[in-house]
Amino acid sequence: MYLHIMKRRNFVKKTVLSSMAAIIGADIVFGSIMPKGYLPLALQQDPYKMFDKDNGMEVLNDKPWNIEAKAHLLDDKITPNRYMFIRNNGLIPSSIDASKWTLTINGESVKQQKTYSLEELKSKFKQHTYQLTLECGGNGRSEFDPPAKGNQWTVGAVSCAEWTGVRLRDILEDVGITNDAIYIGYHAADTHLSGDPKKEPISRGVPIAKALQEETLLAFKMNGKDIPLAHGYPLRLVAGGWPASASGKWVNRISIRDKVHDGTKMTGTAYRVPCESVAPGDKVKDEDMCIIESMPVKSLITYPKSGAMISKGKKINIRGHAWAGELEVTKMEYSIDFGATWKECPIEKPSNRLAWQHFSASIGFPMKGYYEVWVRATDSNGISQPMVLPGWNPKGYLNNACHRIAVKVK
Amino acid sequence: MDKQRQFRQQVKTVYRLLLVVFAMVGLITVAGIYLIADPSLSAFKKTTTESEYITTSKEEDDDSIENGVHVRTGLIDAEGLMTVVNNCTNCHSSKLVIQNRMNRERWIATIRWMQETQNLWDLGGNEEIIVNYLVTNYPPNKKGRREVLTDIEWYELQD
Repeated sequence: MYLHIMKRRNFVKKTVLSSMAAIIGADIVFGSIMPKGYLPLALQQDPYKMFDKDNGMEVLNDKPWNIEAKAHLLDDKITPNRYMFIRNNGLIPSSIDASKWTLTINGESVKQQKTYSLEELKSKFKQHTYQLTLECGGNGRSEFDPPAKGNQWTVGAVSCAEWTGVRLRDILEDVGITNDAIYIGYHAADTHLSGDPKKEPISRGVPIAKALQEETLLAFKMNGKDIPLAHGYPLRLVAGGWPASASGKWVNRISIRDKVHDGTKMTGTAYRVPCESVAPGDKVKDEDMCIIESMPVKSLITYPKSGAMISKGKKINIRGHAWAGELEVTKMEYSIDFGATWKECPIEKPSNRLAWQHFSASIGFPMKGYYEVWVRATDSNGISQPMVLPGWNPKGYLNNACHRIAVKVK
Repeated sequence: MDKQRQFRQQVKTVYRLLLVVFAMVGLITVAGIYLIADPSLSAFKKTTTESEYITTSKEEDDDSIENGVHVRTGLIDAEGLMTVVNNCTNCHSSKLVIQNRMNRERWIATIRWMQETQNLWDLGGNEEIIVNYLVTNYPPNKKGRREVLTDIEWYELQD
């Protein structure tokens, strides 16, 4: 079915290109070397239709596509595709034939290289389903001062969908890895923005211990269906609780490394923060930057939408989600007086490890006026979200400052 | 003799008439052929032709400016705009430029990073034009440790 759609899309693209050429009265120069999956800007203007996203989503970048949700759009307990953020480093692959898709396991630390077809992966290994929180390392970047370079995510680059696939652990057991394995690195079918076929847009990974966790999947389903193209169809590595860039999309090869993986966006300053804290705006040498592992504790009010007006005497029933990377959220609090006082509210247990958790509270307001409802989560190590921005870092990662909504009581 | 002169004059008259008739038939034929080729007589309507010429000028249309903004890319119209458009929107979207705020040093560092890792070409003399444009139009703005909530869309919360 999906394959059929892919082919049709290609056909449409070809037809459109040739009719464009007819209108312009000339061939599109370099049309033949135009990167696969790249349609001229004019033809790809409606990302909402193209990716089946809600119109309330915010397009931050159209080359490559980067789209984020807003807090109130993330109200579902399991994030549907419509509200799931898209973060791309390169161009989405176009002609995908799932029946010919293979996954190769290679690298310094495999006993022998092995290749599986997608069908083999599905039939040979036991399938598992988990709800896994994926948050972009740069979620919240827009708030940093001095500002950090990159897509200016606000709060909506996070999701928790239900992923189905096979455990990477089971595959690696079948392949056989040696004792010197330290890291894994994924390789995928997307294209570098420059069109240079020798460059990978992104090739990240995780330490072997994370790779061998029960919840680390090679997924082929999201929310019970084929993974949508923009989210990694037909095969995606999913490593919940870590920067979502560790969860490689369109994966066709995983290298088992005897050193920290050195693929694109693993080195330099990418997805790294200063090993020791620095003053805002400080320059940090590459060798003093450390790779981000687990994401920090964070929470989001998803109902009501900011800007709610109520009459005096009425209560507001707020709700939302909280997550803590590798850890669990153990305490949830809210404040209506800018942190002067905090009240505890219930937080549900996660449906599985690395899934976000749900909180709710019924809040009364003592008098008329302007209020902000702030929420604060605390993880199982006793670490809470800061009310102000956390430590500044050159690339603007890991902003887990408390979320708040505006309320007026009349 | 008179009769002969009269006859000659009649022949001349007929001859002239025939010439006029032929000329008219000729003119009508040319006009008819022209009408078949151009039924709307557009060649004679000077104003329409001119306006058509303007609307088909695609190049100009692509780089039009509205309210101080370059329509095609959304970049601020200022000195160096087209140098930025031509060098900075080939590989990535202009949206990536617009949403960022940096000082001179960091815009230059970003250019170096793109040259080292993203196949950006040597910008030569254009680099200064581009950096000047960026620091003038997209400088950092102070936000502090936490900003006040802005752009709140107020609404009546039901239930």
